[in-house]
Amino acid sequence: MATPLVVSEVFKSFTMHLRDGIKLPVVNDVNFSVAAGECVVLGGPSGIGKSSILKMLYGNYAVDAGQILVDHKDRIVDIASADPRTIIDVRRHTMGYVSQFLRTVPRVAAIDVVAEPLVVRGVEAAIAKENAAELLSRLNLPRELWSLPPSTFSGGEQQRVNIARGFITSHRVLLLDEPTASLDATNRRVVVDMIAAKKEEGVAMLGIFHDEEVREAVADRILDVSAFSPRKAIAA
Amino acid sequence: MSDNPLLKVSGVSKFYGSRIGCKDVNFELWPGEVLAIVGESGSGKTTLLNCISTRLLPTAGSVEYRMRDGNFRDLYHMSEAERRFLMRTDWGFVHQNPADGLRMTVSAGANVGERLMAVGDRHYGKIRETATDWLGRVEISADRIDDQPRSFSGGMRQRLQIARNLVTGPRLVFMDEPTGGLDVSVQARLLDLVRGLVNDLGLAAIVVTHDLAVARLLSHRMMVMKDGHVIEHGLTDRVLDDPREPYTQLLVSSILQV
Amino acid sequence: MTDLATYNFAYLDEQTKRMIRRAILKAISIPGYQVPFASREMPMPYGWGTGGVQVTAAIIGPEDVLKVIDQGADDTTNAVSIRAFFQKVADVAVTTHTKDATIIQTRHRIPEQKLTEGQVLVYQVPIPEPLRFLEPRETETRKMHALEEYGLMHVKLYEDIAINGRISKTYAYPVKVDGRYVMDPSPTPKFDNPKMHMSDALQLFGAGREKRIYAVPPHTEVVSLDFEDYPFEIQTFEQDCALCGAHGVYLDEVVLDDKGGRMFVCSDTDHCEDRREHGHVGAMLAPNQEAAE
Repeated sequence: MATPLVVSEVFKSFTMHLRDGIKLPVVNDVNFSVAAGECVVLGGPSGIGKSSILKMLYGNYAVDAGQILVDHKDRIVDIASADPRTIIDVRRHTMGYVSQFLRTVPRVAAIDVVAEPLVVRGVEAAIAKENAAELLSRLNLPRELWSLPPSTFSGGEQQRVNIARGFITSHRVLLLDEPTASLDATNRRVVVDMIAAKKEEGVAMLGIFHDEEVREAVADRILDVSAFSPRKAIAA
Repeated sequence: MSDNPLLKVSGVSKFYGSRIGCKDVNFELWPGEVLAIVGESGSGKTTLLNCISTRLLPTAGSVEYRMRDGNFRDLYHMSEAERRFLMRTDWGFVHQNPADGLRMTVSAGANVGERLMAVGDRHYGKIRETATDWLGRVEISADRIDDQPRSFSGGMRQRLQIARNLVTGPRLVFMDEPTGGLDVSVQARLLDLVRGLVNDLGLAAIVVTHDLAVARLLSHRMMVMKDGHVIEHGLTDRVLDDPREPYTQLLVSSILQV
Repeated sequence: MTDLATYNFAYLDEQTKRMIRRAILKAISIPGYQVPFASREMPMPYGWGTGGVQVTAAIIGPEDVLKVIDQGADDTTNAVSIRAFFQKVADVAVTTHTKDATIIQTRHRIPEQKLTEGQVLVYQVPIPEPLRFLEPRETETRKMHALEEYGLMHVKLYEDIAINGRISKTYAYPVKVDGRYVMDPSPTPKFDNPKMHMSDALQLFGAGREKRIYAVPPHTEVVSLDFEDYPFEIQTFEQDCALCGAHGVYLDEVVLDDKGGRMFVCSDTDHCEDRREHGHVGAMLAPNQEAAE
């Protein structure tokens, strides 16, 4: 499908019950779509809701209204109203997410963390591990670290594990939340190449990049999230 | 993704006189899914677990289970013999205190082999082989096979309990605070083991816990209970990262950071 | 002097005998199933055969011929006492010959002589529940019997093999009766288990302290529990009986002196006597014979 991701009329606010129920609006009336092979970058100042949008698309945050439509196994799934099983299936097969921070699981080696998304899709463990090794080499993660659990890794090392894990599958939609934030110039370039390769494969990508150089290299267009900001609505 | 759920819980309530144990609980569970039921003491989570695992008769509602032949059976309309058979073959129940789920005075091998013998296995050599294999899978050294659980540490006992439950290839496992009372490092090992086994074996599981980190690690879905009611229910990471209900927000914010 | 009140025939009153017979009938209808009964106070304490005595008292009639053995012998204190008891309260004929008896009450052995139709073997049972030492809760064991959940029994046998390299239970070896109930045959040596299978005689079991009666009707399957790769085996003795030369019977070991001298003789005293009457001699007696000649 040409446009695997369509976001329509999405509203979200947080209700902080622990603070007397004050309501913090996050985004109003979000509308956009991402085409196959395109990399859309979310722009706007810090705190405007960029990360929140990615989390909503992934099903990690709930929405108050609207639809998040994903082309999944030849049918359209609305993440905003889908049941947990469906969302897990979408995450497993169609939509990947490279988060800012790696949530580490005790005792699982870095290489197995990276291989896991393939293993749960039924790929043989040995092959999955091979692919994982390839990605980790590309990202210049020292071989000695591969068999260690990432909980003691540095920020940049953890991020590379995260990236490898996000890029290892052939998901049609990829959400990237500051994937290069803790990386040096060499590895930033590696990631840029990896994104370009995904574009060639027709993957639709939506990302947040603070680094200007990377943004220039990967963005096909920039979506200013301020357009969806509730503050604008108040101002108006 | 199979279309039929494995377990259907409808309107399950348990009252003790006018006191509510749990009220009007509804959910379905599919094969391979792990559901965490979280709540604090007195939330009704253990009551609910006991109602759905046939250990406690509910006051109202029904619990239906899809048998291996594909038919749904109402668990409380089965004979006790059928229920007990189910408990021994298709289901597992991991108790918080491993001593409750093990025979402390027989060897580890006999503990693991008992279910096999209960369903008619009569070859000593093969039973022992299977037991050895399972001890390996739960990371208990094979040379402990003839030792009694009395000589095991808490973490080892818990792992033995898991092996004992999984040996007959159950499709659904209930766990009541599986890491309760264990040291932190031991907990980590156990959780990793459970996570791995659930994935490898495609088990469905219902895990009762008050520890949100356990829920995050093990479960796909989560139900939050308070005073016998289910107050929030959804994808685990969604409930933990974007809690909607006041009580859930309170729970999540109360976790101490290390 | 007028006659003092004497005992009712066989000591127990008729209503009690009725109650016990009902329990016996039920037990016969459900082979191997433990039937609770209202065990009475008997003139011997618990642990001295009150169960067996009550069963015998309920079935014995004036025409019966009673044999009583204890560990195979007719002449031990207990056998003698119980035999005397029934002579007094039932005035029945008694014998030591297995083939002449109609009722044989036994403690911990089955006679070597094959039993025939019309004979009744009454066993004295201390603990009727085969699972008792594995599962102390009566509520649980009753359920296990009701639901035929006998995995635990095999756990015990498994443990034996794991610890001792073989099934080490040599007496009170559990059996499955008529393909349904697991039963404790009473503390008879496992050597005797095969005799229970498809016997022509009726076998009744009485436990006085535990208040249970069970039965194995004639021609009933009684199979000892085992594993495919560790099949049930009876004890074998290298020696023959020192007195009568019998081979393949259960032998008692008798210490002769304090220098380690011992001899092995038939546990079943009637069997041994019978063989000697027919001219069989064992190693111990053979030299005497030669000397006499």
